[in-house]
Amino acid sequence: MAVHRGRGFAAINYPIGMNLGGDPSQALVHSNPDGKFTVALSAIDLGQGMKSVTRQIAAETLGIPIDDVYVDTADSDTGPHDMGSFASRGTHRMGNAVIMAAQEARSVMLEAAAEELEVDPGDLVTDGRGNIHVRGAPSRSITTMAAAQAAQFKQGRTIAGRGIFLIPLSEVDPETGEMTPVSTFAHAAMLVEVEVDDETGEVAVTDMQSAYEVGRALNPGLVEQQLRGGAWMGMSHAAWETTEPYYPARDHGPVDFNHYLMPGPGDLAPHHISVLERPAEDGPYGGKGPGEMCANPVLPAVVNAVYDAVGVRIDELPVTPEKVLRGIRANGGARPRQAL
Amino acid sequence: MAKKPVTVTLNGTERAGFAEPGQNLLDFLRRGLGDLSPKYGCGQGTCGACTVTIDGQTHLSCLVLAEAADGRAVGTAAGLADGARLDPLQDAFMENFAAQCGYCTPGMLVSARALLDRNPRPTRAEIVEAISGNLCRCTGYEPIIAAIEAVAEERTRP
Repeated sequence: MAVHRGRGFAAINYPIGMNLGGDPSQALVHSNPDGKFTVALSAIDLGQGMKSVTRQIAAETLGIPIDDVYVDTADSDTGPHDMGSFASRGTHRMGNAVIMAAQEARSVMLEAAAEELEVDPGDLVTDGRGNIHVRGAPSRSITTMAAAQAAQFKQGRTIAGRGIFLIPLSEVDPETGEMTPVSTFAHAAMLVEVEVDDETGEVAVTDMQSAYEVGRALNPGLVEQQLRGGAWMGMSHAAWETTEPYYPARDHGPVDFNHYLMPGPGDLAPHHISVLERPAEDGPYGGKGPGEMCANPVLPAVVNAVYDAVGVRIDELPVTPEKVLRGIRANGGARPRQAL
Repeated sequence: MAKKPVTVTLNGTERAGFAEPGQNLLDFLRRGLGDLSPKYGCGQGTCGACTVTIDGQTHLSCLVLAEAADGRAVGTAAGLADGARLDPLQDAFMENFAAQCGYCTPGMLVSARALLDRNPRPTRAEIVEAISGNLCRCTGYEPIIAAIEAVAEERTRP
């Protein structure tokens, strides 16, 4: 009886958003009389950073301080339509819609400023600190607040913008089946090390090394947070969690947290993360979205590592001690691949 | 059955209310006293979202009868900040991205604060032990452990 070490690798391509066409997200941006801007969305922030990232994108496009942007989201009664926060689509879909809306609002804001400064709007630039000035002549300047107030109270102008992200339906070639189902892929590779106890069948993940290509990391702290938490969830899906352990039989399914197994803070493996930035052409400022893909590569990597450790090929998740022991017995004992 | 008057010292302030028969402390704190920081997760003591301190010891408030807390000091996450001044643990949770959806966070903070109060220099193993009764679905725990370690290290500096 022994503990066997194994190493497994997996690489994934992950499509961002729902595809085959459509997948709309809308955004509305408008200024308020205090010179600040509201972004109205219906996309949900589940803690993944939707509000932070759309706020960054709106501030960058409008050319104003991030403190001057408020993101009002998650009320589908009052916000513009959105498909929702899923399929890792948030940053990419909503981000593009926010850029489109903020560009329109910005152009009206510059028209209002131009009227006050008596210049051409095409000659105006923003400094990102709340000022609009003539290019090359910073002294000919007006604050975004003054421009917003002039539009509101003097010019009768609405500083607002509409944005939508929509990809056209991808037609399928009836002869070849060829189509363009996906606008953007993200990519990841993961290497895990496991220890498999051939007496108990238990699998412990002891090390994770990963590389994720998510376009530009618009908010690196949030990206790492998602990757770290998602990898934990992947580890949990690989070796712990299931609602139906003997599917399709419903027997022995967990009914509460006493029976629904998940790794706790004492079951963590060190995880080294590399984020590769390769800005996406159609992404908002190059961003794609980590989303679901942060959990995905862990599962096949763990399964491959178990095969490497004891020669048992598991094809139904999760990799439970029972499945490992049955596999070892069927093989007539543990067969570490590295010994072959 | 009659309601029972229950008085607790909640985060340093004496508060009184009437507990329904069989009402647990979590429900009494939330509906009776209006402290919404302890969360209802599972209602059976397995998730830790409702963690509070009673006389400095951590308890799962969903498993404690409200009247059993009568006359005792109850601490919740709402008592950690001093006005706008956050507890160092709360700052560390922010800096280390130790919350995503945030539902486990109040319980995590109470467990971590209780640990640091009795053991200002915990090892990683002691931190893990202290939060092992608090489930988190989002973070993978590592950022939470790092946040608690950051406060512990701060305290060990002269």
